[in-house]
Amino acid sequence: MEDQTKTAAQQRRMIPARIGRDAQRYGILIALALLCIVLSIVSENFLTSRNIINVLRQTSINGILAIGMTFVILTRGIDLSVGSVVALVGVVSASFATTSAAGFIPGAPYMPLIPIAVGLITGTAMGALSGVAVARFAVPAFVATLGMLSAARGLTLIYSGGRPVPALTDGYRWIGTGDVAGIPVPIILFALVFALSHFVLTRTRFGRHVYAVGGNPHAAKVSGLPVRAIRFSVYAISGALAGIAGMILAARTGSALPQAGVAYELDAIAAVVIGGTSLAGGVGRVTGTVIGALLIGVMNNGLDLLGVESYYQQVIKGALIVAAVMLDRSRKTED
Amino acid sequence: MYRRARRRPAWGDDMTTPLLEASGFRKSFDGVPALKLGQFRLEPGSVHALCGGNGAGKSTFLKILMGIHHRDAGTLLRNGSEVVFDNPSQALAHGISIIEQELSPVPAMTVAENIYLGREPVGLFGRIAFRAMNSRAQALLDGFQFGIRADSLMMDLTVAQTQLVEIAKALSYDAEVIIMDEPTSALGEAEADQLFAAIATLKARGKGVIYVSHRLSEIFGVCDSYTVFRDGAFVETGTLADIDKDHLIQLVVGRPLTEEFIKENTPQARELLSVAGLSADRGVQDVSFALHEGEILALYGLMGSGRTEIFDRLFGLSAESAGTVTIDGRPAQIATPRQAIDAGLAYVTEDRKRSGLVLTGDVRENLCLATLDRMSAGPVMNARAEGRAAARMIETLNIRTASDRLNVAHLSGGNQQKVVLGKWFLTEPRILLLDEPTRGVDVGAKREIYRVMSDFARAGGAVIMVSSETDEVLGMADRVVVMRDGRVAGELDRATMSAEKLLHLAA
Repeated sequence: MEDQTKTAAQQRRMIPARIGRDAQRYGILIALALLCIVLSIVSENFLTSRNIINVLRQTSINGILAIGMTFVILTRGIDLSVGSVVALVGVVSASFATTSAAGFIPGAPYMPLIPIAVGLITGTAMGALSGVAVARFAVPAFVATLGMLSAARGLTLIYSGGRPVPALTDGYRWIGTGDVAGIPVPIILFALVFALSHFVLTRTRFGRHVYAVGGNPHAAKVSGLPVRAIRFSVYAISGALAGIAGMILAARTGSALPQAGVAYELDAIAAVVIGGTSLAGGVGRVTGTVIGALLIGVMNNGLDLLGVESYYQQVIKGALIVAAVMLDRSRKTED
Repeated sequence: MYRRARRRPAWGDDMTTPLLEASGFRKSFDGVPALKLGQFRLEPGSVHALCGGNGAGKSTFLKILMGIHHRDAGTLLRNGSEVVFDNPSQALAHGISIIEQELSPVPAMTVAENIYLGREPVGLFGRIAFRAMNSRAQALLDGFQFGIRADSLMMDLTVAQTQLVEIAKALSYDAEVIIMDEPTSALGEAEADQLFAAIATLKARGKGVIYVSHRLSEIFGVCDSYTVFRDGAFVETGTLADIDKDHLIQLVVGRPLTEEFIKENTPQARELLSVAGLSADRGVQDVSFALHEGEILALYGLMGSGRTEIFDRLFGLSAESAGTVTIDGRPAQIATPRQAIDAGLAYVTEDRKRSGLVLTGDVRENLCLATLDRMSAGPVMNARAEGRAAARMIETLNIRTASDRLNVAHLSGGNQQKVVLGKWFLTEPRILLLDEPTRGVDVGAKREIYRVMSDFARAGGAVIMVSSETDEVLGMADRVVVMRDGRVAGELDRATMSAEKLLHLAA
């Protein structure tokens, strides 16, 4: 009797604490909303449907990469290779879609499905290679994907001879420039990737596995989880999503550039971290990542609209990343 | 709400000024009171046990003493004058020092370097005066007859020796009050004796020791006075000579306990598991034993005698090596934990934080971790099935948690251990491997774990329990296999086992 009264009283007292935690969980969303409000006040161009669609389209590539990165970081890993994989997939898949006479794939251009399939396979394969190094041979993720960052860039240059793969077919370009009912295809792909990833992470057995492996790999192993297979899979997923991002980029540009995607991994990691996913693994959500990517996108857009030089933009973005993690840390030490 | 504090006339008024006198300590976190009435008095030359179950407010109280938390109310007198600590270094400056439960030495440095870390004696041009430092450290260690060389590397020491170095370090700060939080949790019995000898020396030198331990027999061996906290409030203080173990348990738990152990199982003739000529990591060789339906078998031995290695091998966590394992009459090839689980094994590991729980996850996620494939349709999880399974285990094992969505990190040690047990019960095992199942668990929860073991064996399962506590082995086991240096040193059944025989075989 006495105990019950006490617990009920304790629970009542815990409610404000819970609201506090939720506020922090949505803090990033509030920050995004505030930024949007401020920008719509200071710039009349911000809150136009054209600009909104523009921001979303620009965010889609980083958003897709960041979602793949979320899978990896949830397992305590990191994927530094996504920028290079973007470029490699771009040139490889574009070589199947180019109308240029200088093309080196006999019979090109093929119908869009072929280059897209080739691109997906290439991206997944690159991720899988990193995955084997990390999961099977216990190479630290930082090192394995740093190696892939260099190797994939090199492969890109070898494959393309250092030259862009130009003159892509309209069918292929549709994935970067087309639209469905007025919504650009990259945004639709971004939304699909988000919805699917969110479902996988929150509703499937694989999702539970990912969180458990990142939260405590020892406990996951003792509980009979296929820890190696899970580790491997997240890198393959990250590679596949980097492939999609690479094809969107090539399709939008109209030609695949071998120097594309340099330092894209940094923006992807930034979005994940700003979105509240812990680099220590086991904690985080794709929704956070998407909001993080949007925050970066809106900020870039806003600074553009305000005429801030891109040099300054980089400094501001850097400060934002560190500030986001500092907030996260101070919350954890309070706990 | 709580019982009115009673105070026994333990000390006369002619006693010297206490080293430490705390009264009326209060502390809340987010409006939830963790400590409602903290009261404590430490005399010079005494070893004072601070007792209480998990959640009794002990750690909050100690953290206030150490300057980690700030008290909301209350006074603290140090040698008779009031003090307030803003941070741990101020507490240290006032001669209050702690030997942590988890030690954090710098392994690649010497003992002397660890003792004087951050305040090394320096000579010309800021060069560290190594010779002076070593001789000072050596003098300190020799004063206690620790038998540790000041120039040996920290990583070459045993856990017990590391603790002794921590004590020396505390004294190098001229600490008068030394707090020991579960100091024996990582020690074997022989090693613990070394620590007890050091505590006796501290006492003889007029220092005060605040001793926290869940092992009650140890408290009666080491301490001379006690203070009990329950539900965040002071309950009683006195001298241990005036009370017995049952009384202390009753104070801690708040209700009378008939007996410490619960054992209602009876071993049957049928053999569930047999192990022949097994070898495993760390020199485990030629281990053979059998386990019967309804039986609780103990694996007893000192730290490092190979008990955990046998479990790791049986559960497919270490590489397969020589020996055969037979389960239910059929030879079993177990190379992975998955195969072990499918063969009906469940393994509650020694260190629940390292390999038992996913501390970032909630209670439900942890409970369902080993049975996800039974709670999903294809790849998609059935959240309702997960919730039902979690609710069932919370109910059966009496796990005290506000909700199955609460993070496991917020539960007490005993309830965390029950979550690990619940995870395994959902796999419907026949054989439970329990490695130190009651370590770091309070008396009340211990009994519940013994109840679970007994019920499991009675229902036709079988339990192998690794334990370092002789009381626990004598109280719970039907049979005990004693390990020494990776080999079976002997086997005793319930009729023949005694604490002397166990120690004799193990050492």
